[in-house]
Amino acid sequence: MLSRRNPQLNAHGELIHLLSIEGLPKAVLTQILDTAGTFLSVNDRDVKKVPLLRGKSVFNLFFENSTRTRTTFEIAAKRLSADVINLDIARSSTAKGESLLDTIANLSAMHADMFIVRHAESGAPYLIAQHVAPHVHVVNAGDGRHAHPTQGLLDMYTIRHFKKDFTQLTVAIVGDIVHSRVARSDIHALTTLGVPEIRAVGPKTLVPGDMAAMGVRVCHRMEDGIKDADVIIMLRLQNERMSGAMLPSAGEFFKSYGLTAEKLALAKPDCIVMHPGPINRGVEIDSAVADGSHSVILPQVTFGIAVRMAVMSTIAGNQA
Amino acid sequence: MKILIRNGRVIDPASGRDEVTDIAIASGRIVSIGQMPDFQAERMIDASGLVVAPGLVDLAARLREPGQEHEGMLESELAAAAAGGVTSLVCLPDTDPVLDEPGLVEMLKFRARKLSRCRLFPLGALTRKLEGATLTEMVELTEAGCVGFSQADVALTDTLVMLRALQYAATHGYTVWLRPQDAALGTGVAAQGAMATRLGLSGVPVIAETIALHTIFELVRVTNARVHLCRLSSAAGVKLLRAAKAEGLPVTADVSIPSLHLTDIDIGYFNPDMRLTPPLRQGADRDALRAALADGTIDALVSDHNPVAEDMKNLPFGEAEPGATGLELLLSLALRWGADSGLPLAQTLARVTVDPVRVLGDAIGSLSTSAGRLVEGGVADVCIFDEGALWAVEPGVLASQGKHTPFAFASTGMALPGRVRATLVAGTVAYEHAPASAR
Amino acid sequence: MQQLEAESLYAELRNGVRGLMQPGAALVGIWSGGAWLAERLQRDLHLPGGDKGYGVISSMLHRDDFSERGLSAGTGATNLPFAIDGCHVVLIDDVLYTGRTIRAVVNELFDFGRPASVTLAVLVDRGGREMPVSAAFAAAKIVLPAAQRLSLTKSDDGDFAFSVREAA
Repeated sequence: MLSRRNPQLNAHGELIHLLSIEGLPKAVLTQILDTAGTFLSVNDRDVKKVPLLRGKSVFNLFFENSTRTRTTFEIAAKRLSADVINLDIARSSTAKGESLLDTIANLSAMHADMFIVRHAESGAPYLIAQHVAPHVHVVNAGDGRHAHPTQGLLDMYTIRHFKKDFTQLTVAIVGDIVHSRVARSDIHALTTLGVPEIRAVGPKTLVPGDMAAMGVRVCHRMEDGIKDADVIIMLRLQNERMSGAMLPSAGEFFKSYGLTAEKLALAKPDCIVMHPGPINRGVEIDSAVADGSHSVILPQVTFGIAVRMAVMSTIAGNQA
Repeated sequence: MKILIRNGRVIDPASGRDEVTDIAIASGRIVSIGQMPDFQAERMIDASGLVVAPGLVDLAARLREPGQEHEGMLESELAAAAAGGVTSLVCLPDTDPVLDEPGLVEMLKFRARKLSRCRLFPLGALTRKLEGATLTEMVELTEAGCVGFSQADVALTDTLVMLRALQYAATHGYTVWLRPQDAALGTGVAAQGAMATRLGLSGVPVIAETIALHTIFELVRVTNARVHLCRLSSAAGVKLLRAAKAEGLPVTADVSIPSLHLTDIDIGYFNPDMRLTPPLRQGADRDALRAALADGTIDALVSDHNPVAEDMKNLPFGEAEPGATGLELLLSLALRWGADSGLPLAQTLARVTVDPVRVLGDAIGSLSTSAGRLVEGGVADVCIFDEGALWAVEPGVLASQGKHTPFAFASTGMALPGRVRATLVAGTVAYEHAPASAR
Repeated sequence: MQQLEAESLYAELRNGVRGLMQPGAALVGIWSGGAWLAERLQRDLHLPGGDKGYGVISSMLHRDDFSERGLSAGTGATNLPFAIDGCHVVLIDDVLYTGRTIRAVVNELFDFGRPASVTLAVLVDRGGREMPVSAAFAAAKIVLPAAQRLSLTKSDDGDFAFSVREAA
């Protein structure tokens, strides 16, 4: 089979779209993290704007609702001096049956320079990236179960901020991993950055054995999974899982896989606890732990804006 | 018209003939194979350097008529068949309306006959509207021309209905064509495995096929109905099929060209051309399918031709309509598989000529003695092709309205072997690639 | 090309900068060559604020070649450990050429506040200006072909040297 070049990179190996962390060289990830550090300091200035994306139009195309993620992208784009247009897809022409590619073509005709896309189907941003003009860039804000690369990057930024050296860490990801695009992006980023021990923790219905092919150790017992962990990433449990006969109840899930202070004691004493949000208190994580000294859930949010500024400015500066 | 096909390498898998000689055709039949000095041909086709084989028999093609004309039309799809050297094809009943009424079948056969491009053998719906509740009038449908009964891709969820359908079909000696896929387990968009997990695509596990096979075999045991299994996809499925045949169950099976050549890794970056049903499985499954087709456990290779409209394919992977164009690729992909497996050309061709006819059995009446063969006195359904010619699969080259295929040159970077030069159906030239010299 | 001896030019620069310092003045070195120079100048001239009392500034966020070259890598972030409002900023750079970096750096500076004045001191002024920018002090004035890139390097021992590269 013809091996196609990773559509995210141009012929010089520079990032032109951010669709997934998989397949990106370590140097690209590290450069984005370093750049994010610069933008973090920009966010502390009185004048929080820089002109890098001035005159560019960034279209937020969210086919799946998310006020949080969309807002952070909007803030990030505006701090880069871009013009931001938010598209309400539910009420738009797409709801009337316009195809995804027709929607993109119409918006491109309105001189969109960058699309931030969230879609319920895995792979949708790849289809879009294949069909946009060379000067247009695509950022995946989450596609189905496949990837959420900006979340993966901000999770890595958080880990680097608190733990410094990736090559010495044990990281546990807990919860509904098979349906989680955040988990997949985190796993790719952690393996690329050289984390030696990554554990995927959850029941067999939510963590299938073939996840091991992605470079993780599958653990079905929480105690095995978080023992001596330096970082614990808790994932959100979605209600659909109960209706799909994957879990009997949220309560039973919390019993086996919820993060309580007692379970946390099995991890390293300086372990950090992360969560992509929004958290379900009492389902995957105890309130006391979510608000406690190990939790870095709020800093994650702050880092998110800087990381997205870094991603957008990196890709906007590279030609197809 | 009296036609002489001169100097070609005549291969007839059924009889073992493989020699450079002539074929004389008159009144739609093969008059003689061999030198015939007195034959006054009105048209001569120079087949020097080419293979002259029986016209291909494809057991699975969708023509999209009636009802789905934005995706295909009888004219374009039968032209595609002829371009692919296919002279007989079996079409599926999931049209709109469903082929569950004799009138619809007659109309379809009538239209196809007028076009003189390819013989059409429709499968009738097994249940009304394919809803899996009431049986169709199988006797009436057979009289109208159906060669068997099928649920297409719509799974029968009620085992009692499946039992009754097989009992009824067995009463009359009809063959039931079933896809072994469990309804509830088969809802995924890709094959379950490391690739689907990595890409975040819902997966169809192998047990969706094996559980369905176990059910079908049990029902065959108690009804003795003849069943043809459509589009096997897994090594585990092959294993069960082998055991069933060894046991003597009256079952046959086919495999589609994508499953024979590709795996889930070929999905690449969510290429919607790889969205197929059954889904592309792993390397071990492909190898088992190839071996089973070689040793005859799997009886036939089919194109599973399914023209999908542009706007139904250019969608995110999970939303794209499954299916690919295939009539024009069946010969080439058979040749590629045969070459890869080190098989003699006759054996390769058998899987797309005489063996599919054997699967159809007496459902095609007297044709069963000469379709898929080159025999004196038999029908003049012939495929003349250049074994060594390579061609790149590009949308502009295809006659079918379905331009999407996983074997597109743009996806694989591979040119395919085997180019059809001429196709004859009932002694009429249905397709010619480059005009052959006439005398 | 004339032989440029970085260390001796630095000695000249030190004298020149000493003359530019006034009450309320502070050094800001432009990454990366200017930052190294500013670090040494801060120490050698015993300027207020101690050894860490100088600023470093990056042109990255205000460059005019972003569309062609993308975000530049390998520069540090801007760090100004003093208020810019009312400050007499003395910018330090290794090589002054087209003046575009200075334009970008001044824009960056103004994101932090309103300086009382901005002056520029460089090690080498190689002409070829494309912006209305000039250095109040330059330790050397030379002319180089446009195809050549001149920049400062620092050895592990902290010694300065010049490197000349053919532009890609």
